[in-house]
Amino acid sequence: MRGSEGGQQSRTVFVEYFALFQELRGLDREEVETAARTAGDLYRELASRFSLPYAPDAVGVAINDEFAGWSAELQPGDRIVLLAPMSGG
Amino acid sequence: MDLFRLDERPLQPEREKERLADPRAGALATFEGWVRCENGGREVASLVYQAYRLLAEKEGGRVIEEAHRRYSLLAARCVHRVGHLAVGELAVWVGVAAGHREAAFAACRFIIDQVKARVPIWKLERYASGSAEWVGSAALQAVSISEAKGPLPRPRR
Repeated sequence: MRGSEGGQQSRTVFVEYFALFQELRGLDREEVETAARTAGDLYRELASRFSLPYAPDAVGVAINDEFAGWSAELQPGDRIVLLAPMSGG
Repeated sequence: MDLFRLDERPLQPEREKERLADPRAGALATFEGWVRCENGGREVASLVYQAYRLLAEKEGGRVIEEAHRRYSLLAARCVHRVGHLAVGELAVWVGVAAGHREAAFAACRFIIDQVKARVPIWKLERYASGSAEWVGSAALQAVSISEAKGPLPRPRR
């Protein structure tokens, strides 16, 4: 998805998958070229591109190994992890 | 400090307890989470715990630090297995040493409750029937992007 869309810049981020997302995506990590501005935009995009479950109320996100919100803006090189409902303990 | 850690090897509660020993401690409270043979009416054959290690250790450490702030403790630790576990195996261990039992009991409960709620670890249950499920994610599998409506919700954290 290179190039710009109405002036949007694309950037490369790294997405790591765990649990259900890993199972459905079939990968544990990948490099993604995206015009998504926020973590939430990226989640929508990944869900649409790869038919992943889309439930931002139930799913969380981490950026660069720290919890973040869906409105967090992405920077090139960011490492993003979609957090399915946790079930440790 | 590895006050919260993940371990791929079988846990050793006695060794963990030794690390809490303190002559000022009048109480030691521990919790052990074991792998059950049944969940939701289904027979569990085994399970797998998967962790986002970096963030799990970070957040687990924060849980222990919070326990120290909330309760008068001398020491607290938590260890969580990752990888494949059989029924009956020890999945998670929490230990708290305190001057008195009230704090030890309360902190022990607090730590396991917070770990379950906040630490990025996921459990895959494998059933005797042959199926498997990521616990807590069953409803998630049914939700597709086409069902997304309206603006994105406020951040969860």
